[in-house]
Amino acid sequence: MNNKERLALAEWAMNLTLQKGASEASVVIFRQQEVKIEFRDKKLETLKQSIQNSLSLQIYVDHRYSENSTNDLRKGSLEKFIEDVVTSTKYLAQDEYRSLPNPQYYPENTNIDLKIKDEQYESLTLSERVKMAAEIEEVAMAQSSHIISTTAWCSDVHSLITRVHSNGFSGDFEGTRFSAGAEVTVKDKDGCRPEDWYEANTRFHKELPSSEMLGKNAAQRALRKMGQKKIASGRYNMLVENRVGNRLISLLTKPMSGQALQQKSSFLEGMQGQKIASEKLTLIDDPLLKTGMGSRLFDGEGLAAQRRTMIDKGVLQYYYVDHYYGKKLGIEPTTGSSSNFVFEYGTRKLEEMRKDIREGILITGFIGGNSNPTTGDFSFGIMGSLIENGEFTKPIYEMNISGNAKEFWNQLVEVGNDPYPYASCQSPSLFFEKISFSGV
Amino acid sequence: MLKKEVMTLNDYYAHFEVEEGIIRKVITEALSNGGDYCDVYFQHQISNYIGLEDKAVNRAYSNVDFGVGIRVLKGDQTGYSFTEEITPQAMQLAAKTAANIAASGKPVNPVPLKLHSHSNYYPIETLWEEVSIDKKMPYLQTINDKVFALDSRVIKSTIWFANQTAYMLFANSEGRVVYDYQPMGLILVSCTAEQEGRREQNFFNLSARNGIEFFTPANVDRLAKEAVNSTVMLFDAVKPKAGEMEVVLAAGSSGILLHEAIGHGMEADFNRKGISIFSDKINQPVAEKFVSIVDNGTNPHIRGSINIDDEGNDTEETVLVENGILRSYLHDRISANYYQVKPTGNGRRESFRHAPIPRMRNTYMLPGPHKKEEIISSVNKGLYAEMFSNGQVNIGGGDFTFYVKSGYLIENGKLTRPVKDVNIIGNGPDVLKNIVMVADDLKMAEGGWTCGKNGQGVPVSQGLPTVKVSKMTVGGIN
Repeated sequence: MNNKERLALAEWAMNLTLQKGASEASVVIFRQQEVKIEFRDKKLETLKQSIQNSLSLQIYVDHRYSENSTNDLRKGSLEKFIEDVVTSTKYLAQDEYRSLPNPQYYPENTNIDLKIKDEQYESLTLSERVKMAAEIEEVAMAQSSHIISTTAWCSDVHSLITRVHSNGFSGDFEGTRFSAGAEVTVKDKDGCRPEDWYEANTRFHKELPSSEMLGKNAAQRALRKMGQKKIASGRYNMLVENRVGNRLISLLTKPMSGQALQQKSSFLEGMQGQKIASEKLTLIDDPLLKTGMGSRLFDGEGLAAQRRTMIDKGVLQYYYVDHYYGKKLGIEPTTGSSSNFVFEYGTRKLEEMRKDIREGILITGFIGGNSNPTTGDFSFGIMGSLIENGEFTKPIYEMNISGNAKEFWNQLVEVGNDPYPYASCQSPSLFFEKISFSGV
Repeated sequence: MLKKEVMTLNDYYAHFEVEEGIIRKVITEALSNGGDYCDVYFQHQISNYIGLEDKAVNRAYSNVDFGVGIRVLKGDQTGYSFTEEITPQAMQLAAKTAANIAASGKPVNPVPLKLHSHSNYYPIETLWEEVSIDKKMPYLQTINDKVFALDSRVIKSTIWFANQTAYMLFANSEGRVVYDYQPMGLILVSCTAEQEGRREQNFFNLSARNGIEFFTPANVDRLAKEAVNSTVMLFDAVKPKAGEMEVVLAAGSSGILLHEAIGHGMEADFNRKGISIFSDKINQPVAEKFVSIVDNGTNPHIRGSINIDDEGNDTEETVLVENGILRSYLHDRISANYYQVKPTGNGRRESFRHAPIPRMRNTYMLPGPHKKEEIISSVNKGLYAEMFSNGQVNIGGGDFTFYVKSGYLIENGKLTRPVKDVNIIGNGPDVLKNIVMVADDLKMAEGGWTCGKNGQGVPVSQGLPTVKVSKMTVGGIN
């Protein structure tokens, strides 16, 4: 299906939905092409190639609401599917807040180039992908005789989304994403086999780092974990590597959702305009960021994308409120889901911040754990390294950090100038004082 | 829609609009580059969810997934492709793509397909496709009424009813063809309560490979009661002190300990690659003699049960630890070939979009010699862990975690104050060694547990008798 055929199918499905008795409808047609190569032990481990399509349908029958999707796009099957789901929707309770968004929230201009599609995507060959994965594995394995296994990968996705709404919106999204990296396992003298990984994600193939850099970084990260131990429980200063900052940001973004507010399960209810974190934290949601992994012109309800400073020097400015919960709460919608996170960055990189730490713990990864958006309580497993007199002295693991988000985010004392480039959350390194660690 | 009881192989061929001749042609194409083996996996999965929020059933979600995955193996190398169009042309194209994993060798002729029959561990009364939305809505309304009637501190409740059915048809180049009908039901109740300006939230859910008959009046009652009780108890909850302590795991969903501490590490793909902390430990002692752990696909109606795995192999009870000795990994086809053992029926996949890999089913510990009361009274200062939300493990490092939503402090041999929201972290082999007491009260988890690995989620379950671990690190406060 080309763009025109996709739009025609979307409009046909929308019109049929209305004919069958819906008062409003929106249709999304999604196409994804994917290639994934894994290389291990000097040979191709997995080769996977696929194309998938699906149609998703939001139905409003006199304020009764359902959302339905299918990947069986044969017209006969679709006709039956639409008839069935409209019939089912009629059984549901009416909900006065259910309707398509007011068209005033739709984007005026959908011709902005967010630089998220690589035009060269189609010319990338299978052998180029295999070659890169093979090189990454070779580089990683060459770093040390302690390495027992490396799985390297190269994968890419091309996505196309066509969206139409019965009250006058239609829009397209097209993007590419390239990933390359490796997971490395090493064996230490105790028989422990620590693993770590390094991966880059980019919108353009040429922006991927070299195989050399990817392989070396993956290996070095795993090698640094050899001999990892847990240390004594206590309050420690905590330096958090940029690539895992998102886990901590989620302590705030989960309770910032309109649903959490309306369902009275957010500790941030009533906190708009108030200080919820240290003034070092300025969190910006920027869907219009060029080449961003989370960039978009409109969100999952068709609402126009807009850059917003969600938290400004520790003060909560906005919640994530979709159109439905906005109506339910009687407030203006923003968007129901985050896009790219950018920050007001500091002045130093992680290495420079580390030099000033007399005693502390560097966090390089989280394992398990969870948080409670109603109360702010959280507890996460961690791994990383002990810092003594500005130097990394020993790898640590099998420890937890625990606390409550309300106090925790006020313990932030410095943010780095080193945004993580390979994810939608471009977190800098973060430095917190006196965090509760449990170990021995 | 056809009645499950009378569905034959020909009905499944008709359901997917294929016939043996087409499948054999696809397999021939897939092996044309010299692959050793090929399988094709047809799947039609229908999922439905309805939700209650603010006292009304006012939202429904549904998904239909239909397609075929084609896998070619060359030694331990995998070529994979899938198509959502089940036409001879589209399947031939996908077969050609998967064939690319092999580059040389002579083409093989597939043998005629022969039906492999299997037991049914999850017979149901009514197919889920025949249960319309209006038959499910009253369950949610009833539960919601009960939730609000049980405690005046309840201010909000959301309830989800989810059900799924999958038709699967599998054939391989060795001539095996199998089919299965896989049902699943789940109700989840979430509850928020308020007391003197403080709010707490918790949830309870029940799930089974069963039909709507699973949601008996007794289960409906339990869903409401447990959701409310587990929420309001949190008003009295405290955070334990940080650090190592004795941990007693309540019988039931505490089996998450086994899933993380040993289950994943025993999945044979990790061991074949030498990257599991359990690599090279088969037939070695890993725990006390009263510790026996199994992974079983045959428990009637339990969420992780499967009649047949996703590579057409019979499911079974696989013994991971027998009287303290490590016995068997969990195998898929590739690893069983590598180790030259019989497959254990653990080759599973999320859908036709994925190649199968070794996965757990229902992982549990067999009953031991101790009594629950005896175990609790033996603890001077520790934690009793009862409700869980999630866990994770590092396969090679062996460090694993599970998150305790609620439990109790144990002080001087008695359960005292409730605790909430603590992560527990341990190391797989160390924790197995530190299991010092096992009670005789094995209970299976009843919730909607889903295990994630390599981007694929599959339904699982777990179980445990009351167990005491002499030390684990509890994520408390200093």
